[in-house]
Amino acid sequence: MSEVLKVAMPKGRIYKKAAELFRSAGIVIPTDVDDSRRLVIPIPEANMEFIMAKPVDVPTYVEYGVADIGIVGKDVLLEENRDVYELLDLGIARCRMSVIALPDRQPGIHLRVATKYPNVATRYFREQGEQVEVIKLNGSIELAPLIGLADRIVDMVETGQTLKDNGLVELESIFGITSRLIANRVSYRMKNDAIQKLCDQLEKVMPSVVKS
Amino acid sequence: MSKPQGFEKPIGVRDYLPRATRRLRRIERSVLDCMSRWGYDPIKTPTMEYYDTVGLASSTPDRKLYKLLNNRGQTLVLRSEMTAPIARVASSLLREESLPLRLSYHANVFRAIEEEAGREAEFFQTGVELVGDRSPEADAEVIALAIASMEAAGVQSFKFAMGHVGFLNGLFDESLPDRAEDQQALKERLLKRDYVGFREAAESLGLGAKQQQELEGLLRLRGDVSVCDQAAGLSRHRLAQESLEHLRSVWEALQDYGVSQHVMIDLTMIGDFSYYTGMVFEGYAAELGFPVCSGGRYDNLLKQFGRDVPSTGFALKTTRILDGVGDPADEEERPVLIVYDLKQRAQALNEAARIRSEGGAAVTILAADNNPHQPAESHRYSQVLLFTEEGNEIR
Repeated sequence: MSEVLKVAMPKGRIYKKAAELFRSAGIVIPTDVDDSRRLVIPIPEANMEFIMAKPVDVPTYVEYGVADIGIVGKDVLLEENRDVYELLDLGIARCRMSVIALPDRQPGIHLRVATKYPNVATRYFREQGEQVEVIKLNGSIELAPLIGLADRIVDMVETGQTLKDNGLVELESIFGITSRLIANRVSYRMKNDAIQKLCDQLEKVMPSVVKS
Repeated sequence: MSKPQGFEKPIGVRDYLPRATRRLRRIERSVLDCMSRWGYDPIKTPTMEYYDTVGLASSTPDRKLYKLLNNRGQTLVLRSEMTAPIARVASSLLREESLPLRLSYHANVFRAIEEEAGREAEFFQTGVELVGDRSPEADAEVIALAIASMEAAGVQSFKFAMGHVGFLNGLFDESLPDRAEDQQALKERLLKRDYVGFREAAESLGLGAKQQQELEGLLRLRGDVSVCDQAAGLSRHRLAQESLEHLRSVWEALQDYGVSQHVMIDLTMIGDFSYYTGMVFEGYAAELGFPVCSGGRYDNLLKQFGRDVPSTGFALKTTRILDGVGDPADEEERPVLIVYDLKQRAQALNEAARIRSEGGAAVTILAADNNPHQPAESHRYSQVLLFTEEGNEIR
């Protein structure tokens, strides 16, 4: 029996899709795991241990090696910029990072951008040759243009319904987002067989990656 | 930023209290001893170097160098690693020494860190440089020594991965002739360990299906020496073939050292291209989330100091090992406490001298009212000897 693989799982939206993908790959995850409130869940059936983490913290756990591998959105990876292996594009939880604004709003001389992703936003506008003031918010980003805090927001768009409901428009899509399988630098070597086996299993059932 | 409080020190540096210092010294001693048994002579170089020489030659990115100005307006750096300083010494002071040179070091090095935690601004490295030998034998020797050093440092479970810069250079040169930018893009992805990005980049190159498959197949080239055989089919490029041949020879030597079971070959492992020129390797310890050893061949470095000779070496990240290696029952000999009064001081100090000369440790204190015969911290001492009026006594 090889060593237990510690998996940092993002709680919430992505977890359901990831668990579904794991199951379809033949990895046994008991159903009571899905609704468990426990933070560390041993799954002897799969020789794994799930660490239920806030999505944005997944790369941190993996970089430090307290989790061997993790599942996390590309949005978080680009924001956090952690030194980890990015092994697979799992093709789940598909959405995009976009620049959003009110349709009729003319920005002042000084562009203000509200976002949960300050690094992503800063990098993007820099590449566009623009220096902007980035305001970090922690949720309900759509509020910012509505109440006059910012001219633009940079945020994840899944269906676009929230935007529509609030009269906002997507000006530009910055990059596509899917969930990725990441691995710690040391675990990738020390537990290579287990990780490679998991990759092979997942690759067989991953939704094929649509090329942008 | 607010004024620091008295207990604070700059971010990224740390104090080593007696217990940690003892362990660090034990690791340092046993690793340097191990290196010396392989014929590597210890060397020390200054903490500060010129930016224009060692600073520019170093593999550390510019933004991670600590730079300072001296009183003549020259830019200095705090050394960020030991390879460039040793290259300087090997090319100057040791210029007349016959090759190969075998040098070892244990030193603190400095890196300007970005904000994230877990990075250190000052840490210890213990390593070697083998200067003047370009053979696979030399590469195998430093890997075998790295493994021996890891064991000497007390790391129980570890693994090494080895690759070769030349293989990828050759392969990419063949599949993407005259497309330096695309080659660079692929390498960057591998350097950032971004396999997803690598596959995406490979797909976007407009190559034939077979070639694209071959590129993506790279990501699976991991394992024992049989990887070299699989890879040999991927490229007929001379550099790629030579590199695989070199790796094979290194592997065979490692087998004869009896350590190949600790090593895997990973052809996607490339290290910093601007620096390494051949074989590269990394070492990992089971208990630690970060690599604890890195090394490889850098045949172009010494040229920058005016002596065009090849070189290979490695550094252990000793500070990380210190964090991870279990304490082998930290039973450093506790000292004997000798309590005396003035009348018997000579006798007491004599006894202390005797203990010390035999390699033991002794602490002496004058008995006084505010200096009770049996201090509260008696657990610090293995034994308490009394040289007082009440008579000599052992407790």
